[in-house]
Amino acid sequence: MRNSRKAFVVVVLVIGLLAMVVGCAAPSTPTPTPTATASSPTPTPTTPPPGGDIIIGCVAPLTGDSATFGKSTQNGVQQALDETNAKGGLLGGRQLILKTADDKSDPTEGAAGITRLIEQDKIVAEIGTVQSKVSLAIAPILQAKKIPMVSPTSTNEKVTLVGDFIFRACFIDNFQGTVGAAFAYTNLKVTKAAALFDVGNDYTKGLAESFRDAFTLLGGTIVGFEAHPTGATDFNAQLTKLIAAGPELLYLSDYYNDVGLICKQARALGYKGYFLGGDGWDSPDLVKIGGADVEGGFFTNHFSKDDTRPEVQTFVKAYTAKYGEAPDALAALAYDAANLMLDAITRAGSTDGTAIRDALKTSNFKAVSGTIKFDANRNPIKAAVIIEIKGGQQAYKATVAP
Amino acid sequence: MKKVWRNLPTLRLLIYAVALYILLMLLSSGGILNDYLMIIINICLIYVILATSLNLINGITGLFSVGHMGFAAVGAYVAGTFTTLVWKLPNDGSVSTTLLFIVALVLGGIGAAIVGALIGMPALRLKGDYLAIVTLGFGEIIRTIINNIDAVGGPRGLLGIPALSSFTIIFVATVVTVLILRYLVYSSHGRAMISVREDATAADLVGINTTKYKVWAFVIGAFFAGIGGGLLAHLIQLAHPTQYGFYASFLVLIVVYIGGVGSMTGSILAAFVLTILEKYLLPMLLQWAGLGVEWRMVIYSLLLIIVMIYRPEGLMPREAKFMIPEDH
Repeated sequence: MRNSRKAFVVVVLVIGLLAMVVGCAAPSTPTPTPTATASSPTPTPTTPPPGGDIIIGCVAPLTGDSATFGKSTQNGVQQALDETNAKGGLLGGRQLILKTADDKSDPTEGAAGITRLIEQDKIVAEIGTVQSKVSLAIAPILQAKKIPMVSPTSTNEKVTLVGDFIFRACFIDNFQGTVGAAFAYTNLKVTKAAALFDVGNDYTKGLAESFRDAFTLLGGTIVGFEAHPTGATDFNAQLTKLIAAGPELLYLSDYYNDVGLICKQARALGYKGYFLGGDGWDSPDLVKIGGADVEGGFFTNHFSKDDTRPEVQTFVKAYTAKYGEAPDALAALAYDAANLMLDAITRAGSTDGTAIRDALKTSNFKAVSGTIKFDANRNPIKAAVIIEIKGGQQAYKATVAP
Repeated sequence: MKKVWRNLPTLRLLIYAVALYILLMLLSSGGILNDYLMIIINICLIYVILATSLNLINGITGLFSVGHMGFAAVGAYVAGTFTTLVWKLPNDGSVSTTLLFIVALVLGGIGAAIVGALIGMPALRLKGDYLAIVTLGFGEIIRTIINNIDAVGGPRGLLGIPALSSFTIIFVATVVTVLILRYLVYSSHGRAMISVREDATAADLVGINTTKYKVWAFVIGAFFAGIGGGLLAHLIQLAHPTQYGFYASFLVLIVVYIGGVGSMTGSILAAFVLTILEKYLLPMLLQWAGLGVEWRMVIYSLLLIIVMIYRPEGLMPREAKFMIPEDH
């Protein structure tokens, strides 16, 4: 008998807990009861502007192993919103408000976070998120709700294929590999190349494969194509094999920390040729780890802060003044993604998701990372920059148009 | 009548479950429970499946497994392979699709159970810390193998999984899991598992095949973890190797230990409390307090530490057995 009473108590507790949850969910009801409004976390503004504020969502990895990416992304979006607000807002003086959710680099967290932004905060557009795997989890939700999304940095080509409300501001994986191959073949006049990549990382694998395909198509020869496991620090086995095949160029699609070590170990093994990589190299720590051995290495990137175009210089100056550090590519792309969205909202003349989507499709926007137009799969058509490591600094080398 | 009622605990539990289901469905269709709350409830229920199945291994049988999400990964990938790559199921939620989805889930569970048996047989010669290390390594092996299978996307993950995990299917799966585990625990087999936990040598002496019961605990725990993994993959329409790493296994372990190791009720309660706290209450509180969302995990971790200091036995101690049949 005692147990059945206990059972009853637990069931009541669970239902009570759920009732509490429901009580807090006031904003979702069309006509909230007075008690529900009292417990509502967001106080309603006393004098709303015509049409109210425009709420923009941003899901980003603010904690976890990619927290610096998330922070840069959030800063970039905030910068774009603040600048527009300072100019008087959008659609006749409506202010922009940013609502963020942390995805912890976890698809499940991302799915929960984006539904929160949609249901509780009533976002009209989403900027985010950083990693492709999380973007792939949030994109179907936004697509079903007809809310447009621009991901600043999700490079997996499948992301925008989820649906016609999903856009991105960066080029896709295979574009970077293709640009790298073109630069190696035409500018560096290399005919024999080899690649080393991380087998547990979709980004580095995708880059290496597209480099291999594009380089072969141009007429070059891939003399070696080796993988290393995630988290490896000793690359001597793979490098010995690759160097023995006599490549003039090593394509290293890894992130900066691995690249630094690989370059060191390759030079120690007597390798004399070029190093080339992707935007994973974009960190001051590359030179700290690789030292003199990464000197003269090239990588493809979304933008260079030394680019003299006025869009770039204005952004770099404003961002540095606000956050006390120069923007990285993630901040620049987030800034571009937000501005693309704001431009589309202005041209659409409304906050209706379908109208914004249609406006986004016809974008022709002078962004920090180049002039952006979208192709049929909602990927941007824009140029990439080549950066050279010179004297321990990143130096702008060339702009390569697709 | 009263006697019948008392002697039919299953019926009583089922009535509670159906009442809860109807309540949630009414709130959902009435628009009071919006999509955000529904996705949180769905995640809670999946955590109930993962935590109760881990509790069978860690709490009831007294083993120490820290690679539980490895089994979930097998379930997710097997079920996802069938629904996405083999049958190419649409998103329509028709009867035939749902039936095939259930078949895929069970196949995922069986796949995980086979892996559980394969890992269990050699590993269960080990005890305590050593077993923990083996299960930890096992979780990483599963992840690495998936990374290297290009047919299921490799490091890019298995994409384009249809969204078939409806609230109803997740709810039914959870109730079935909990009922089966409950009956198992109070059966003679369950008693044998508990005896392994209490004193393996004494259990051996009275003629219980301790190795057999350890392997069975792994196989059954892995089966339900596989079901949970399959449901999760079809909820967020994606299976990615990084979702099933050590950190994810650790989250399930936290649910089991905060809930009270050995208490199924505790696992159920903690799955709800912790998920709602982390995914709903804390973001809301932070917004209200004007703090950044990055504070969420700081506060969440602090709360876990406080619970462990003041209530090391967990929210529900082992004695609080709510789902016990009356004659015990």
